[in-house]
Amino acid sequence: MATMATPTPATTTVAEKKTRFPRRTNWWVPYAFLAMPLILYFTWVIGPMFFSLYMSFTNADGISRMDWVGFRNYRRLFNDDIFWVSFWNNVRWLIAFITIPIVLGLSLALIFNNDLPGTRFFKAGFFSPMVVSSVVIGVVWSWMYQPYGLINEMLSQLGRDGTPIGFLSDPKLVTWSIIGAGLWRQVGYVMLLYLAGLKNVDTTLVEASRVDGASAFESFRDIVLPLLRPVTVIIVVISTIDALRSFDLVNIMTRGGPFNRSSVLAQMMYIEAFNNYAMGYGAAIATILGLISLVLILYYLNRTMKDEMEY
Amino acid sequence: MATTYPSTHPAPRTAPKTWRRVRIALFYICMVPLLLVWLTPIFMTLLTSVRSLDDITVNGPLAWPRSFEWGNFQEAWNTGGLSIYMRNSFLIAIPALFICLGFASMAGFALARFEFRGSKFLFFMFVGGSLLPFQILMLPVYRLANELNLYDTIWVLIIFHGSFQIGFCTFVLRNFIRTIPGEIFDAARMDGATDFMVYRQHVLPLSLPSLAALATLEFTWIFNDYLWALILVQQNKLKPVTTGLASLRGEFMQAYNIQFAGTLIAVVPTVVLFMFLQRYFIQGLTMGSGK
Repeated sequence: MATMATPTPATTTVAEKKTRFPRRTNWWVPYAFLAMPLILYFTWVIGPMFFSLYMSFTNADGISRMDWVGFRNYRRLFNDDIFWVSFWNNVRWLIAFITIPIVLGLSLALIFNNDLPGTRFFKAGFFSPMVVSSVVIGVVWSWMYQPYGLINEMLSQLGRDGTPIGFLSDPKLVTWSIIGAGLWRQVGYVMLLYLAGLKNVDTTLVEASRVDGASAFESFRDIVLPLLRPVTVIIVVISTIDALRSFDLVNIMTRGGPFNRSSVLAQMMYIEAFNNYAMGYGAAIATILGLISLVLILYYLNRTMKDEMEY
Repeated sequence: MATTYPSTHPAPRTAPKTWRRVRIALFYICMVPLLLVWLTPIFMTLLTSVRSLDDITVNGPLAWPRSFEWGNFQEAWNTGGLSIYMRNSFLIAIPALFICLGFASMAGFALARFEFRGSKFLFFMFVGGSLLPFQILMLPVYRLANELNLYDTIWVLIIFHGSFQIGFCTFVLRNFIRTIPGEIFDAARMDGATDFMVYRQHVLPLSLPSLAALATLEFTWIFNDYLWALILVQQNKLKPVTTGLASLRGEFMQAYNIQFAGTLIAVVPTVVLFMFLQRYFIQGLTMGSGK
């Protein structure tokens, strides 16, 4: 590609000579390129974000006039049991999403990193749930969780007696059951991210440590793991954001039931805003959700910013 | 490394080979059952989709199909409305893909190649926006769709997905365009090319691999979207396959065979895409998160 920069042969005409100087870029050129993307992005993403914030201080119901009500929605929210149930369920999602996929995904990535024959096929197998929409996963897993569904039948074949487990009807179990379906999707994704991270780990470092007498575990703990730190941070951020976004599976599998026990903030917001038409209230829930995410987003941006400075 | 320290590796030549065989054997002994368990939901979906309803009720969910009812797929496709839902999904995903990649490549180019006041800020705004929880956009987008008379049309999904995904795509493309050596741009400018020509003739062709990776990923994301379709489209004949499946489920309450046949039809496009473009798909995912 460097050849493109070589000067044109000596036979340049006068006309060509004139253009030998690089064309000056007008100051407005970047703005021209950014105009349409920015208009769309402001209209559909940035603007709505701020409008949500505004709506959370109103009594919007989608029909009558919006009136400013100050912090009333928020006061109501913090006294709402469903809010706290949803909040703690989001915390459960979060804990599950940043532990299990990381352990399983990293283990799988380490196994697949050896590039033994057939690895590609196995990788695709573990990753495949990620390609499928969450609706499909919700439909299939709801069926598996039924009282006489796949899992209960399997358990009774294995010798379990008694009443079937109510995966989606037992208030204590229901959130974990839905999380299970979510994890099935997430593990493959985290595995892929770790595989990409492992590609950047200099194998000569590992080999050198082995030659120096470190055990496989020691070289993993002292060399590979620290080198994977940046990837892990990104995975934690992504998983947290995914956990906060969890809605599809809850909405499809239980709609938050039984008695809102499996609700998450996103589901609660949807019900309040689009079922009960309490739009101001829904906007307040969304704002809380947004604020929690914002902390993470800023942390993530801050990290990327640091990398930026190294350019 | 072994060649550097020949004396510390006195092991006979055959040892690594047998060791490798043992490792491969162990790999298969562990991974084959694990993968089978992991994919049980998929196998069971396949099996259930070809069973008859009587067969399921009588013999339970675990039994092997007594007969293969391929008609289930026809039923889901015609009566279940999958043919319409499927068409709608393509009608939404493909134009949205062009909107988002077209504009994101422009934004990515501008942010990668020009330093101007606020360029960093705009870049972080794109990245940050793409990480927002959807709930914070839901109500205003719903209102805006109503104001613009776009509510309950396919257009609103096209334009919303196209716009929202600009954030992530700009992030990836800007980082990619930064890796293109600056000499190419300088040379093109020397030859009198305008910035737009540079974008058309150099940036777009050179970004093709990234664009392909993003296209596979974005297509899957938009195709699999449930939330926005749920909020913005009500009519059955306009629903994409995700909310369509949810209605199919309501229509065929206990008929899991039909539901699952529909489910399988619904995953065909993204699965095929993944099978053929796996490399791009994975590149897209890791480009976005790795840095």
